[in-house]
Amino acid sequence: MATILFLEQCLNGLQLGIMLFLMAAGLTLIFGVMGLINLAHGSLYMIGAFACAAVASWTGSFILGLVASVVCAAVAGALIEVGVMRRLYQRDHLDQVLATFALILISSEAMRWLFGSYPLYLDVPEVFYGATNLFGVLQYSRYRLFIIVVGLLTAIGIYLLINKTRIGMRIRAGASDRQMTAALGINISLIFTLVFALGAALAGFAGALVGSIQSVDIGMGEPVLILAFVVVVIGGIGSIRGALVGAIIVGMVDTLGRGYLPQLLQLVLDPVFANTLGAALASIAIYVLMIIVLIFKPQGLFPAHG
Amino acid sequence: MGNYMSEKYLNRIMIALLIVLPWLAHWLDEPYYVSLATRVAILALAGVGLNLALGLGGMISFGHAAFFGIGGYVTGILASHALNYEPIFSGFISIPGTTQMLIIWPLAMLIAAIVAVFIGLLSLRTSGVYFIMITLAFAQMIYYFSISWPAYGGEDGLPIYMRNGFPGLNTLQPIQFFMICCTLLLIVLWGVSRLQNSRFGNALQALRQNETRVASIGINPLGIKLTAFVISATITALAGSLFADLNRFVSPTMFSWHTSGQIMIFVILGGLGRLYGPLAGASLFILCEAVLGGWTEYWQFFLGLLLLGVVLFARGGLIGLLTREQKNV
Amino acid sequence: MKKQLITTMLSAALCLVPHVEASPVKVGMITTLSGGGSGLGVDVRDGFMLAVNNANNSDLEVIIEDDGRKPSLAVQIADKMIQKDKVDILTGIIWSNLAMAVVPSSVNQGILYLSPNAGPSALAGKGCHKNYFNVAWQNDNLHEAMGNYANSAEHQNSFILAPNYPAGKDALTGYKRFYEGQLAGELYTKLGQTDYAAEIAQIRASGADSVFFFLPGGMGISFMKQYSQAGMTIPLMGPAFSFDQGILQAVGKSALGVRNSSQWNKDLDNAANKTFVADFESAYGRLPSLYASQGYDTANLILSAMQSADIHDKDAFRAAIKSAQFDSVRGNFRFGNNQHPIQDIYVREVVMQGDLLTNKIIGVGLKDHQDAYAADCAL
Repeated sequence: MATILFLEQCLNGLQLGIMLFLMAAGLTLIFGVMGLINLAHGSLYMIGAFACAAVASWTGSFILGLVASVVCAAVAGALIEVGVMRRLYQRDHLDQVLATFALILISSEAMRWLFGSYPLYLDVPEVFYGATNLFGVLQYSRYRLFIIVVGLLTAIGIYLLINKTRIGMRIRAGASDRQMTAALGINISLIFTLVFALGAALAGFAGALVGSIQSVDIGMGEPVLILAFVVVVIGGIGSIRGALVGAIIVGMVDTLGRGYLPQLLQLVLDPVFANTLGAALASIAIYVLMIIVLIFKPQGLFPAHG
Repeated sequence: MGNYMSEKYLNRIMIALLIVLPWLAHWLDEPYYVSLATRVAILALAGVGLNLALGLGGMISFGHAAFFGIGGYVTGILASHALNYEPIFSGFISIPGTTQMLIIWPLAMLIAAIVAVFIGLLSLRTSGVYFIMITLAFAQMIYYFSISWPAYGGEDGLPIYMRNGFPGLNTLQPIQFFMICCTLLLIVLWGVSRLQNSRFGNALQALRQNETRVASIGINPLGIKLTAFVISATITALAGSLFADLNRFVSPTMFSWHTSGQIMIFVILGGLGRLYGPLAGASLFILCEAVLGGWTEYWQFFLGLLLLGVVLFARGGLIGLLTREQKNV
Repeated sequence: MKKQLITTMLSAALCLVPHVEASPVKVGMITTLSGGGSGLGVDVRDGFMLAVNNANNSDLEVIIEDDGRKPSLAVQIADKMIQKDKVDILTGIIWSNLAMAVVPSSVNQGILYLSPNAGPSALAGKGCHKNYFNVAWQNDNLHEAMGNYANSAEHQNSFILAPNYPAGKDALTGYKRFYEGQLAGELYTKLGQTDYAAEIAQIRASGADSVFFFLPGGMGISFMKQYSQAGMTIPLMGPAFSFDQGILQAVGKSALGVRNSSQWNKDLDNAANKTFVADFESAYGRLPSLYASQGYDTANLILSAMQSADIHDKDAFRAAIKSAQFDSVRGNFRFGNNQHPIQDIYVREVVMQGDLLTNKIIGVGLKDHQDAYAADCAL
């Protein structure tokens, strides 16, 4: 029984990691290619979730909702890039932090204006309800399995896009030498807008996928944003592979910490105290992890080249 | 330069306004405006602290809320122990609580300094975005710990039932408490301006521009940066202590990343690396919060628009906009 | 002489009529109207203003400001309302941590505070104050009722969970205060946590026969969706917050059948409640929530005190508030010695009415219930 529970918790950790990866991939792409700190990434995640909830309830189709989330977030991302970010590439990181912080305020209140103050309804389709049997011993939520599969497919897709396609080559070129790439006659502005929209679309997609098992709410993006930053930093800024590995590590540490730390402490401490301390430690586990990683590898696990 | 005033002149006007307006409000019997000015002075002080690391040292700390909160919690914890006569620590030596600001401030600054040495030593191994994120991680750790640790109220926070005392003054009087905060702000501003022009300050600014070159003339970059980081943290902790006394309350939100972001906004809004920038930034921000909040429940939308406008169209912040003086940042 | 006599008689006659010279009362409402969790503040405000508009009493003036759920901003607004606007009464705060920031210093300055939502234990026991009234509940109350209900529903082995912060600990303590069975497990989750897979796996493995949870706001929505999506069938119980009218539609059918505790529901059979529900729906075009009912009661309590006492006679006005001579939408309502409610707490079940999720009362969890801290209060 204990082994099965452990197995299930590992799967949960993997699934949380995959969700974080979808968020972190866009963030690290934008970081890596354009050197831009985007605090508003969480807002794009929120926009995706709201778009999915709205469209799914109008049309009754979850799939259409997912499409809407990707489209809306990408459009919002492109607008933000053209309207705001483009002026900030040459600036200090600080100006970027301030501007994107302002964007958080604007988009949260705009969403509240449009959709009201209460959380929206968004549910997974009937087919994903319930659990499925894995390896004959383990009951596992179908929707969570679906997230794992979709997340892994997305990871492969991004990898192929960046490394195997023409547009990916241009993105990589733009990241390593902006002026040179422009001199070669490549429309670098367009590339940057595309990358930003792609990152935004990933965030929106993650928001919709996750929103259907969580709460579609104003401010839903902020806790995820911080987690995604932790992932990106652990993995190494700009590295998609690092983001994937970092996300899975963070997901595992967080899930297993919540599941087992209080119990482990109960072996040596008074149960009530162990429960309090265990819960407190579990909530800071990933930050401790990040600090340890940075002490030994100041550039993250997979330092990007350039 | 033309018709624009010089930065020095503008700074003097700001200080004059900061001192005169609260007294005017006091005479007109409008104590609310006195507490609003106190808030501005305290938050500006926190900003001056951060500006030392951020503007002069180029160390983008996204975790100064940790020090702000430590200042606040030291104040709250000492006061609460003094109030119920329980010693904070009783072992071979018993340490009682206190309600004396003159004891609380140095203690708050000392504890913040110790934490800052620890955080600084680990964080300064990294740079750039990694530094931003590792400082954020430290602050988040303290934040979650303060929420879940029940001893001092957890997320409910810790009320300070009586504002702490200062010899010879009645701190409950808004104008007297304001004068304490304002005087501290002026002293710190003076100290930081001396520091800026000292050998240490020059080395720090040189480090921001070119670390290798400074190291090559025999100056230890880590030592200089760490010192600046620690001084910056202690100033912010002092502000945190005053903030706790102003609100008569401390809570984990003082540790949250929103607080770090807000202090950073004061600095950038006013003008990065400008000595009086945080004062201008904090004034504008608090004013907006107070005025817009009364107009519409969507006030944060307009606050966001305003911030965005300043970033996009007013490089060098508010002071840069008013003086049109370029600053080499 | 004659004229003087008549005047004396007239004034004596006037004195016999119990008429109080009404001074205007200024109420400051600090509540959360922006950002996450603003739905609660909007409902308290709307409920409160509905009562104010219905009463049409020109002596009552209300100022409303948004605290953005930030303690320091709430303190700043309280300063402004006390020092500049010179309010007599403060109200409106939703969250315990904001209440703890504002209430102690305000009531010490002689301002009355009427809480329409938060009831931290620190203000109910030793920390009670003659100027502080709670019109909603002490934080533990709804959980206690659920613990008592678990006994009558013959649950023997509950798994209980709440976020790791004071209100969460109060919740589990409250449940355990009345629940007599065994505990299959006790868990504290991270505040603001959105993924509950690890917890749900533990519940599944624990062999529990019931689950009690207190996860306010988005946390509860996430938990319930994930719980039912994982195919879990162990019965859920909780306080009303996660099943309230505003939030219920977002939870969806995952909430169907869940038992929850509340001091109010829209189907309570009393005249005041029928008027309230009908008026609220016609004024705002939506069904009222628990929070709206608390705001409505708070306003009516103030209005009732204004009928019988002058705000400048603080002792008389306090006594008038404490006597609670108003028609509460919850039916029975009175204050205990610590000025927190003594009231019935009901058990509700989430049902589908047409295509709308809502609650119906299925029983009483605790009758005429007072909180556990009242004895520590010196009032």
